[in-house]
Amino acid sequence: MRYLPNSPAERAAMLEATGHQAIEELFAQIPEELRLRGRLNLPGPLSEPEILAFFRQAASESSREYVSLLGAGAYAHYRPVSIDALLSRGEFFTAYTPYQAEIAQGTLQAMFEFQTLMTQLTGQEVANASLYDGSTAATEAVLMALRITRRERVVVARTLHPEYREVLRTYVRHQGVEVKEIGYAASGRVNLDQLQAALERETAAVVIQSPNFFGTLEDAAPIAEIAHRSNSLLIVAITEPLSLGIVRPPAEADIVCGEAQSFGVPVAFGGPYLGFLATREKFLRQMPGRLVGQTRDSKGRRGFVLTLATREQHIRREKATSNICTNQSLCALAATIYLSLLGKRGLKALAEHNLAKAHYAAQQLCTVPGMATPFGAPYFNEFVVQVPAEGEELLAALRAEKVIGGLNLRKFYPELANHLLVCVTETVSKAAIDRTAEVCRRYYSGGLPFPACRG
Amino acid sequence: MDDRRRHSALPGEPGQAPSVAKDMENRIRQARPHVTRNEDLIFEVSSPGKSGVELPPLDVPTVCAEELLGKGLHRADVEGFPEVSELEVIRHFTRLSTWNYGVDTGLYPLGSCTMKYNPRINEVVASLEGLATDHPYTPESLTQGCLRILHEAARCLAEITGMDAVSLQPAAGAQGELTGILLIRACLADRGNPRKHILVPDSAHGTNPASATISGYEVRNIKSNARGCVDLAELDRALTEDVAGLMLTNPNTLGIFETQIREISSLVHARGGLVYMDGANMNALVGVARPADFGVDVLHLNLHKTFSTPHGGGGPGSGPVAVKRGLEPYLPVPTIEQSTDGSYRLDYDRPKSIGRVRAFYGNFGVVVRALAYILANGPEGLRQTTEDAVLNANYVMSRLQDVYELPYDQACMHECVFSDRRQAARGVRTMDIAKRLIDYGFHPYTTAFPLIVSGALMIEPTESASQAELDNFIEAMRSIAAEIEEDPPFVLKAPHTTRISRLDEATAARKPLLRWKPE
Repeated sequence: MRYLPNSPAERAAMLEATGHQAIEELFAQIPEELRLRGRLNLPGPLSEPEILAFFRQAASESSREYVSLLGAGAYAHYRPVSIDALLSRGEFFTAYTPYQAEIAQGTLQAMFEFQTLMTQLTGQEVANASLYDGSTAATEAVLMALRITRRERVVVARTLHPEYREVLRTYVRHQGVEVKEIGYAASGRVNLDQLQAALERETAAVVIQSPNFFGTLEDAAPIAEIAHRSNSLLIVAITEPLSLGIVRPPAEADIVCGEAQSFGVPVAFGGPYLGFLATREKFLRQMPGRLVGQTRDSKGRRGFVLTLATREQHIRREKATSNICTNQSLCALAATIYLSLLGKRGLKALAEHNLAKAHYAAQQLCTVPGMATPFGAPYFNEFVVQVPAEGEELLAALRAEKVIGGLNLRKFYPELANHLLVCVTETVSKAAIDRTAEVCRRYYSGGLPFPACRG
Repeated sequence: MDDRRRHSALPGEPGQAPSVAKDMENRIRQARPHVTRNEDLIFEVSSPGKSGVELPPLDVPTVCAEELLGKGLHRADVEGFPEVSELEVIRHFTRLSTWNYGVDTGLYPLGSCTMKYNPRINEVVASLEGLATDHPYTPESLTQGCLRILHEAARCLAEITGMDAVSLQPAAGAQGELTGILLIRACLADRGNPRKHILVPDSAHGTNPASATISGYEVRNIKSNARGCVDLAELDRALTEDVAGLMLTNPNTLGIFETQIREISSLVHARGGLVYMDGANMNALVGVARPADFGVDVLHLNLHKTFSTPHGGGGPGSGPVAVKRGLEPYLPVPTIEQSTDGSYRLDYDRPKSIGRVRAFYGNFGVVVRALAYILANGPEGLRQTTEDAVLNANYVMSRLQDVYELPYDQACMHECVFSDRRQAARGVRTMDIAKRLIDYGFHPYTTAFPLIVSGALMIEPTESASQAELDNFIEAMRSIAAEIEEDPPFVLKAPHTTRISRLDEATAARKPLLRWKPE
């Protein structure tokens, strides 16, 4: 086996040094009847070319030839090649969590930079070194709010990513926490009347998303005002943080959390991604996840170290702020590299490109008779399109033309059966947008045969 | 003491008197090798007007952001954001990387973490276009390759553990634990009573009790016996009708196999509870024994330990959960199924599911790497890997037990645990020995864990250590033991060769400085 460094002679010498005659003796503590007889029914061993062939075959059975207008919590952005060149340095990707600070300053300083970038983007005072993903970050934010307020109810906007809401329910189900959902207004934003009505004295937090699941940008100020009136915290989740390049961060929020996959992490069929969580300094000690702090060594030199570990499970065990053990260090490093490359000007320009592409696409799609954007509030790179009939047939027609035309909202919102969620990032060309609009036009004017006939 | 002289100065300052070194530092400032140099923060390297990317020309009409978003929502720019060229980014992070120690650098015997080699082919296949680029909401018919990989990986993990079904959704080991305990809860609730307590041995990882608490259970710790294993009599006493289950790491955190695991499982089952196995230490078992045969009902695996996916400086990991048939109905949604026509699909129609624990389907990219590792090894390779891992740990144990105290004197599995008791008598603790080990060019072992050993030195060489490297490590450990006899203060000040020395962690925690701010 090519990964194993010892030769048979070396193995024999080592075995002898342990005072054993046969390797089986080392496994003697496993009772005979529990030992596996025979071999595992697994493929392999495969050589490197064979492994490549196997995965290349799988990769060919993909949507890579398609134009994709899917967003909904996972965003296709161009990844500068420098990211992977740097991530592939073994010193980064083969290191463990930086417990031994003296030989992990590379990871630690990069995480300190990541934390700084996230506070700058979100307008908050402190940020952690990342969490699993956006869904668990939103959940951790709620758990944090429950601890801070010592209350047991949460109000969640239905425009928070549906899968984030599902994860939240899984986590709080057994902690006696009541989750109340509030709907959206005609603008696509949170329905403020419903919010007002849902708030109680026991409400720990209000959770919204912006841009929300429909791509609509929320106005956090009035929501914060309503939440704060009943001393509830406002949690704002962000699944498309590139928006923060041109959209004012929700400064009124008490916790800003979300998904930072957009920053240089591949879409990769849903993961690995990286969650982030930023908050006010006064809530620092209730914050979940790893934190890197700046300090000095015994000679006065600047260095970085994991800090405030007394919140964490390996010290606090059952009393920990969270059971989370790792962050998503390598993904956070990717984000740090990506944001460093973009910089102040690149981030803004890229956000403007996304804004322009999405607005151009919306405009083009709205020229198709029967298609419209029903929600009036501003959006960033994602928006909802109403189509004349159930969306699935149009999506099939688009697929036949090598376009994945967005997400059918029926999947999560039965009342929006004839609505598609469309995302247009900088990776989608004008030609692709025009082609998509053209297919829609032909489809609705009867120019295309019924998609089922096209195979 | 040759060794001490060799390590007494920083690289680049061979043997200079301190005043000369200081003077030199003042004169040449930044012009030093990057390993010893203070690479500034990216924000400090920054100067206005630079960027490391150039966007292609916009092919649609430009828009006025302020107009579209409205004054209230529009942001002019992000204050303090870095402005650097591509080359500066490359140099910055390359320099940072050289301050890290990784598996690629050398032996990384960090107990309980299984720091094995991370094959390069894994990285290559995970980044293939199609696998790295398919969106999680891609229609199933267009992403059969990704679904097939998930299905095949789940099948392989089921075979390796002997269990009936696998969910790949948990993002890491701790989330796998949480998922497992939620499954136990759902199953018992279905039977009529979810019960109140989870038993956790005192040798367990800290995440175990934390995960049980989130699942709504109260944690009851049970004491280990003189062999460091579960005490059957103690377990018997603790197993009241309020106990939902037992969380057991096997081999346990001492690297010892729970020989009575069958009896333990039977006892828990007889009282109506379920057995959760923390599979963190599966590197001792793959191809040799299967948890399903132990009577385990549910376990999680750490793909970033046993299955060679990189730790990445602290993530991403992946913590699949494997269950017996009886727990399958409760697995997180969606599961990946194969239809009769051979195609793969996502199954959301699972009314008894505990729900989701993570958005989408788990850390797909990590699963790709783990599958590549399994394929590279095949059944024989996996078994040989396990044998080598166990042999390496026993080799280290047998060659160090005359200088370091072995609290549980028996053959170990994949890791061995010493106590610092002898060295502590000279005022040197496990962390100090660990820091000195850095001077010898090794990453330290795990310190002060498990908690049931006073001043634990937890050493897991994994199969990736050659005999030659282990011999060097053993020599280093013996040399440090000698140093402690001769000159304890010298060891207490280690490391002596790193670009920074021990950091003031107390101040870091008391006055947290968690972000850069412009001066």
